[in-house]
Amino acid sequence: MMLKAKTVTVAAALALVAPAAMAQDDFAAQLQARKGQFRIMALNLGVLGGMAQGKIDYDAERAQTAADNLVAVTSIEQSLHWPEGSDSFSIDGTRAKPAIWDNMDDFQSKWEDVHAAAMEMQAAASDGREAVGAALQNVGGACKACHDEYREPES
Amino acid sequence: MRRFFLVIVALAAVLAAAGWFLSAPARLPADATAGLEGDPGRGERIFLAGGCASCHAPEDAEGEERRVLAGGHRLDSEFGTFVAPNISPDPEHGIGGWTLAQFADAMMRGVSPDGRHYYPAFPYTSYAKMEMQDVADLWAFLQTLPAADVESAAHDVSFPYNLRRGIGIWKRLYVDDAFVMTHAGTAQLERGRYLVEALAHCAECHTPRDRFGGLDPERWMEGAPNPSGEGRIPAITHDALGWSASDIAWYLESGFTPDYDSAGGSMADVITNLAQLEAADREAIAAYLLALN
Repeated sequence: MMLKAKTVTVAAALALVAPAAMAQDDFAAQLQARKGQFRIMALNLGVLGGMAQGKIDYDAERAQTAADNLVAVTSIEQSLHWPEGSDSFSIDGTRAKPAIWDNMDDFQSKWEDVHAAAMEMQAAASDGREAVGAALQNVGGACKACHDEYREPES
Repeated sequence: MRRFFLVIVALAAVLAAAGWFLSAPARLPADATAGLEGDPGRGERIFLAGGCASCHAPEDAEGEERRVLAGGHRLDSEFGTFVAPNISPDPEHGIGGWTLAQFADAMMRGVSPDGRHYYPAFPYTSYAKMEMQDVADLWAFLQTLPAADVESAAHDVSFPYNLRRGIGIWKRLYVDDAFVMTHAGTAQLERGRYLVEALAHCAECHTPRDRFGGLDPERWMEGAPNPSGEGRIPAITHDALGWSASDIAWYLESGFTPDYDSAGGSMADVITNLAQLEAADREAIAAYLLALN
C-alpha cells in the first residue's frame, strides 16, 4: 500500500513535470547533431582545401577518404535535425534563420546540392590537386548558397 | 519690437537660403566624362568587384539571373527600408535612357538625372573614389545586360529622412574622394586600396558609423552592428583577423575560413562576386587588409 502511494505520487509528479520539460525543449540534441555534421564536413574539407591550396602535399588516398566522408555525411536525411521552433529567433545557440522553416523545400534542395557537389568531389578526388581544387569550388558554392539565405552572421 | 521681429525674419530667411544652397545637388564638372570610351570587357570586372548584383539583381537570384538588374533587394536600416531600383538597360524602368555623364553623377556624386539626391544606401560614398575610366567601362558593360521591364519599388523611409534635400548637407560632411589609407607603398597595396575602399565598398558594412550615419575613419574596418539584422559585421583589420594573406585570398575565392567554416549572410553573396575576379585582385585585397593595423 505504502509502495503504491509512492508510485502514484511519482507518476503524478512526472505527469506535471514532463509536459513542462517538453515545452521548454531547447533542442540541445538536435543542435549538437547539426553542428556535429558540419564539424565533420569542415575537418574533411580542410584536408581537401589544404591540398588544393598546396599547404599540404597531395595524397590521392587521403583525398579520396575525405571526399568519401563528405558524401557519407551529406547522405544523412535532415528532417529529424531541424524541428519546428529550433531557429535563431526561438532559441539560443543557433544561427539557423526562421526562413528555413518558411522555405523547407528550398532548404532541403540546397542540402541535396551539397550532396551532389560532394559526389563530384568523390569522382575527382583521385585525379590530382587541380581536380580537387575545381571540385572544391562547387562544394564551397553549395555551402555559401545555403548560408547566404539561411544562416545568421556571427555575433 | 517690430524691428527685432524683422531681424529675426531676415535671419531665418538667410539661414533657409544658406541651407538650400548647402543642400543643393552637386554634380561632377560638365566635362568630367568628355571623350571617354567605355570597354564592356573591362567593365565586367568593375561590375563584379563593385558587387552591383548583390543589391540590384532580384533577391535570391543565382547564376545568369544575377545579371538581370531589375532591383528589389531590401535594405533595412534605422532610417527606414531602402529598395534597390531597376538599373537594367530598360529605357523606361531602368537606366537605358541615361547618358554616361548622368551615370557618373549617380555613381560618384549620388545625384539622379532629374537632380535629386540618392540615399547613401547606394554606396556612392565609396564609388566617389573611382577612376572615371572605370565608370565608363562599367557603363558600357551594363548596356550589354538584359533589360528588365519592372518598375522600381519606392523606399519606405519616414520623416525627417524622407526629406531628400537634407542628404545634400550630409554629403558635404561624408562624401570624400580621398582614400583613408593615405600611403599605399606598393602597386599591390594601391590596387588593394582601390578595390577595398572604392569598388568593393567593404567599409560600408565593416566600419562603424557615427550617429549621423557617416563612416568613422578613426575606427576603419573595426567591425560594426549589422545594419540590416542580427549580430555584428566582424572586424577585418590585421590584428582582429589573425589570418595570413593566403588565408584571406582563399576565403575570398572559396568562402572557406582557415578552419573550414564557410561564409554566410551577405558575405557569401560578396564572395560569389569576388571569386570571379582575377587571383591578383584577391591577393591585393588581402595585402591591403594586412596593412591595416
